[in-house]
Amino acid sequence: MAFALGNVYAAEELSLLTWSGYAPQNLVDKFQKETGITVKVTNSNNEEMIAKLRATRGAGFDLAQPSQDRISSVQEKYNLYQPIDYSKIQSDLMIDSMLEAVKKSTMVADKAYAVPFCWGTSGLVVNRKFAPNASDYADILNAMYAGRISYRLKRPTLIALAFSMGENPFAKYSDAMAYKALMEKVGEAMIAGKPFVKNYWTNGDALLESMRSGEVHVAMAWDNGGWKLHAENPNIDFVAPRSGALGWIDTFAIPSKAENVDAAYKWINFMMQPENAAVFTNAEKYGTASAGSGQFLDAEIKGNFERCFPMKAIANIKWYPPVPAKLEEIEGLILDKVKAAK
Amino acid sequence: MKKQKRWGLYFFLTPVLLWLFLLIVLPHIDLLIMSFRSETIDGKAIWSPANYLNFFEEPIYWLTFVRTAVYSILVTFLTFVIALPLAFYITKVVAPRFQGFLLVLLLLPFWVSELVRVYGWMILLRESGVINHFMIKLGFLNQPVEMLYRDSTMILGLVYTSMLFMVVPIVSVLESLDNSLIEAAYDLGANMWTILFKIVIPHATPGIVSGSIVVFMLTLGNYLTPNLMGGKNSLWFTEQIYNQFIASFNWNQGSAFGFLLLVLSSLVVWLGLKLTKQNLRKVVQ
Amino acid sequence: MQIDLSVQNVTKRFDEFVAVDHVSFEVPDGQFFSILGPSGCGKTTLLRMIAGLTEPTEGEIEIRGQSMLGIAPNKRPVNLIFQHLALFPMMNVGENIAFGLKRRAESKSAIREKVDVILERVDLAGFGAKKIDQLSGGQKQRVAIARCLVLEPAVLLLDEPLGALDLKLREQMKVELKLLQAKVGTTFVYITHDQSEALVMSDHVAVMNKGVFEQIDSPKNLYNSPQTPFVAQFVGDNNAWSGRIRQCDQDAADVETSEGNVFRTKLREPLQSGDEVDLFLRPEAMLIQPDPSLAELNRFEVIVKDILFDGANSRLLAHPLDADTELLIALPQTRQFDYIRKHDKIEIGWDQKSGICFARS
Repeated sequence: MAFALGNVYAAEELSLLTWSGYAPQNLVDKFQKETGITVKVTNSNNEEMIAKLRATRGAGFDLAQPSQDRISSVQEKYNLYQPIDYSKIQSDLMIDSMLEAVKKSTMVADKAYAVPFCWGTSGLVVNRKFAPNASDYADILNAMYAGRISYRLKRPTLIALAFSMGENPFAKYSDAMAYKALMEKVGEAMIAGKPFVKNYWTNGDALLESMRSGEVHVAMAWDNGGWKLHAENPNIDFVAPRSGALGWIDTFAIPSKAENVDAAYKWINFMMQPENAAVFTNAEKYGTASAGSGQFLDAEIKGNFERCFPMKAIANIKWYPPVPAKLEEIEGLILDKVKAAK
Repeated sequence: MKKQKRWGLYFFLTPVLLWLFLLIVLPHIDLLIMSFRSETIDGKAIWSPANYLNFFEEPIYWLTFVRTAVYSILVTFLTFVIALPLAFYITKVVAPRFQGFLLVLLLLPFWVSELVRVYGWMILLRESGVINHFMIKLGFLNQPVEMLYRDSTMILGLVYTSMLFMVVPIVSVLESLDNSLIEAAYDLGANMWTILFKIVIPHATPGIVSGSIVVFMLTLGNYLTPNLMGGKNSLWFTEQIYNQFIASFNWNQGSAFGFLLLVLSSLVVWLGLKLTKQNLRKVVQ
Repeated sequence: MQIDLSVQNVTKRFDEFVAVDHVSFEVPDGQFFSILGPSGCGKTTLLRMIAGLTEPTEGEIEIRGQSMLGIAPNKRPVNLIFQHLALFPMMNVGENIAFGLKRRAESKSAIREKVDVILERVDLAGFGAKKIDQLSGGQKQRVAIARCLVLEPAVLLLDEPLGALDLKLREQMKVELKLLQAKVGTTFVYITHDQSEALVMSDHVAVMNKGVFEQIDSPKNLYNSPQTPFVAQFVGDNNAWSGRIRQCDQDAADVETSEGNVFRTKLREPLQSGDEVDLFLRPEAMLIQPDPSLAELNRFEVIVKDILFDGANSRLLAHPLDADTELLIALPQTRQFDYIRKHDKIEIGWDQKSGICFARS
């Protein structure tokens, strides 16, 4: 009898494919206490999430957390996700406008595929002591900070630099030729600025370590990283760039061959409870899509937003539209060229 | 009796063959097929050699390829140059009771994962790292120097990672080298270098070749070390395969690259065997 | 006569252990000199010091008047033939022999000629292209010798090179080696634990025990007049008694053995009545059933325990009437003694001049 019970208990498992920090241990424990479901967490990023699900054709995970702009095109092409049954979501827990925006951007053949979870921006993280004037993406190519610059060799950097050149890359998403020409221009600028780069970071914690030790003074990174450092060293802070921080929304999406769909919905509703969402935001500093969590947030979190995002900066955030297919290939070649250049 | 024997052979061979077929042959066939597929502009899948043509038409791809091959050969050679005296010291110079201890010492770094080892090097070499700290404390440097993110650092890391795979086979062949051969050569008028090139290396050739094959393959297929220690200029062909699969979602191109790497490594190993007049069977023994 | 090798007071210590203890000897030009001793007596260490592979702790080694101290083995005019020959398996016969010549940077044609000449000399003409593992044991032996002789060393050192061969081949090689040495005239220093090898081949033999030389002499003298009990027992077979001198004069004494026989024996050194002695007697010095007319023989009776038939080297194993001391008695194969059976009682006699007597130390 005990054996059978143990078996049933063990069978209730939620396999979650997400980003590092998105499933804090204390919330995983709390979820298990409330529902009896254990959560198995696999950390990943947008590209690997897609590759993993594509390799198994949508099996192996019950719930994934891709960014909202990376869903519709892969859904059209590889059918990795299943439509969300919004009746199972407690939509009153969410910021309405964000829910609607995500529904709209993940719409494929009249069905929507995602629910918002959190949001954040990419911008600059700057050590004010050494680089008081760094204020836009162009500064990651600036010879003034030679040897003290770090950024990721990934698509957000290309898009950010395009904005800082006064272009609007999102407007060219639909025109592959024009987009390619723009990316080549950005690539040339990156190659010209390559001698000033210290390294291309791949691991967020490693970047924070480089900023903390003073090896890097200007980086393009996520806002929460800057805020974490600001708490330790007031000289370092996130800066919303002049040409606009890049806004992203990470979501919940259910893979097409998920085995435990019920548990997936339970986790979504659990994570959007205001107090749970606040636990996550207080720890990771990301903005949340949960509507009522404001009262549970630390003063520091509110301070971060007030300090770095005055109304004008919020209005200037460039939200990622869905990425059409084929753009990644164009970007990939440019990034390879930058990496290969001396 | 004979029947039983044969039955036993099948019994033990079947899992091996299944394993080889399901986990190695089948995926490679899948990759090979994928490498000859591409998409037209309107998204239709067709057969085409475009992925391979792409490789030759785009200089950064084949330059990276050549760079990876040349550096892998260089790493293999450097590993050999360091490993041979080390193996000689362990087998012929040091007292036998310390031999085991020294080998364990060599093995020790391999008890942690490659990632941890590479981070260890990064802690030592980075601008705010341990070595810089002491160099400044001791007055050898005025300004910290970035020792990471250079090709030389990357080679250092690759040689370090490969060392054991060269030392162990050379140690095992040198153990079978009769000391009196060395003494006889010395007695007949040979100096250290003659003994090295006429006696020790010819005797150790099978071990050197098998060590070199392993080191070369491991270096060629390494992803972590070039990426983390080489920094912004560390282009390695495996990284390009990864980028094709993961960042560009172009599995067809990635498969073609993977196959080219396979062909390259087979070719270099074959050439190496030809040049040293060894055959594979002798070397893997 | 020119002295090729001179070793003076050479000592080698390994920590507390003294392997070679103040050894001195000289080997004149063209001699076949052997060092005979049991394993572990220090003979290999001594040889390695001459070759330069080990440095002596004390003492002087000179070759043709030149001090060898501090000179590396590749610079010494001596060559060593190793116990297992140490032929280079990665080279063929010709390359093995040419190895030392190439180190001297001799011209290619000179090397080829010298290799051919030496191969002919060791009866291996035309073997130059053979691989080492295609050779028989005796051929390998000769290649090893040729590889050293081609360098025309002042002294050739040999470290029990026959040890690995089977008996028949060993017997044959003994003779061959001796003839070869006579033919080339090179000074040989040969070490072995096999007394027959040493006695057959050498002009002079040094018997070594526990790091010291017990006696240096011609093979004949070593056998007939050993200077120490160790030499008496190690070189050739010997029967041994312990006993005490009953009475003695200048060069002969009556010795009472522990089992009660009284033998008259000549003395090598003056001894006192009452001294404890060891008495040695060769098996062939014992006569079986001696003619009663022969006076002056020591006579006693023994019981035959066994007959050890070994052709020309046949022996009787016997013991005295009241003791179980084992005695070896030569049994000439002249058919004269065919009647002797196991458990027979026979009379033995020996001449007092055959006895070898040492004071017990």
